[in-house]
Amino acid sequence: MKKHPVSLTVNTDTYDLLIEPRKTLLATLRDTIGLTGTKEGCSTGDCGACTVIVDGKAVTSCMMLGVSANDKEITTIEGLASRDQLHPIQQAFMDKGGYQCGFCTPGFIVASKAFLDENPNATEAEIRHALGNNICRCTGYTKIIEAVMSAAEVMRNS
Amino acid sequence: MRNFEFFEPETIEEASDLLTKYNGTAELLAGGTDLIIEMKARTAMPEHVISLEKIPGLTGIDYDEESGLRIGALTKMRTLENDPIIRERYTALAEGAGEVGGVQIRHLATIGGNISHGSPAADTAAPLLALGAQVKITSADGERTVPIETFFVGPGQTVLKTGEIVTAFECPARSANQGSQYIKQKIREVMDLAFVGVAASATADNGAVSDVKIGLSAVAPTPLRATDAEAIVNGNSLTTELLQQAAAAASAQSSPISDLRCSAEHRREMVGVLTRRTLQAAVDRAQG
Repeated sequence: MKKHPVSLTVNTDTYDLLIEPRKTLLATLRDTIGLTGTKEGCSTGDCGACTVIVDGKAVTSCMMLGVSANDKEITTIEGLASRDQLHPIQQAFMDKGGYQCGFCTPGFIVASKAFLDENPNATEAEIRHALGNNICRCTGYTKIIEAVMSAAEVMRNS
Repeated sequence: MRNFEFFEPETIEEASDLLTKYNGTAELLAGGTDLIIEMKARTAMPEHVISLEKIPGLTGIDYDEESGLRIGALTKMRTLENDPIIRERYTALAEGAGEVGGVQIRHLATIGGNISHGSPAADTAAPLLALGAQVKITSADGERTVPIETFFVGPGQTVLKTGEIVTAFECPARSANQGSQYIKQKIREVMDLAFVGVAASATADNGAVSDVKIGLSAVAPTPLRATDAEAIVNGNSLTTELLQQAAAAASAQSSPISDLRCSAEHRREMVGVLTRRTLQAAVDRAQG
């Protein structure tokens, strides 16, 4: 089957790739590019572990074909921290214990970033609703929400 | 997922020609949130996938006080949910779009996909029924317009013929004395399908209620209008008694099944309850 040339800008790097159309964006990021921070949970769009930001919008990367991401700008969990400083949301997840096994954490952090970038003054209820597409199978939701609320405050003050 | 040949046509005609040429082995790709799940599960195994994303003019919301509302088929659920005009004048549709999946899914899923998929439980179907939507359909042979109430044929089945593609939805212009509401009954707050969905729209007119439309989803083989209930309410002032009669009529017009989400009896009961609530809310909103 014919492979397609795609150009993906992931975090700060541009990747010119030749991929099979059946490869999801998630598989392209993990297997072809080697950025394995984005996780595959359910692979049906329900759990949010594979959340990445495409052109400013959080999407489940298991529900998008790699070829559909051609010429788009993608931010993954690897793109959040600068060289020596964690993103405020990453820092808050550490400070507040917003993770247990850690598998859902990249998805929660990336989904939170996209939401807080657009809604810096979001209430707790709005944050909870916005994160409804993310599941923590360890059920550590209380600490996750505390972390996002705390990060939102840090982001507002910086 | 099986491999497939991927096309990105730049015109509707080209997409329609591909759909006709590969009839039976091709699928259209819009947001992908239904198709990709089915392809992974191998309940869909297209040899050809035709993306609509590169075709200009399929995305966006236009409103004009004369000609009304036009929504491109590739408009995302998240865009509909947050659009000021949709929220203010076509509130039921903003509420329906906002009920699909979660935020990440709504950034991908499109209204054209939600309707073309033909699910009886589609969250935008009941609102579009209540808002009097027309479906614009294009093929290489030309364009036709179908009222949404005749678009659905059965579960997963629509009036779309080989080579036909839904390009837009149009709704009549609305004024401040019109209101609408959609309520979705579900088990989880987000990321769940409706077990009952009801949308109502009404015009408030000097104490009387007119132009009432009620859309039902997930309670029959297709989304449908509760026309008997509409007839009971139309032209009258909304009393508790009339609401009860409309609720009973809407229940009677539904034909739900029992499945893992809930029983047919519960669905039928909830059709009545939600018909009452959405009608009252539509009128309250119409009266501002």
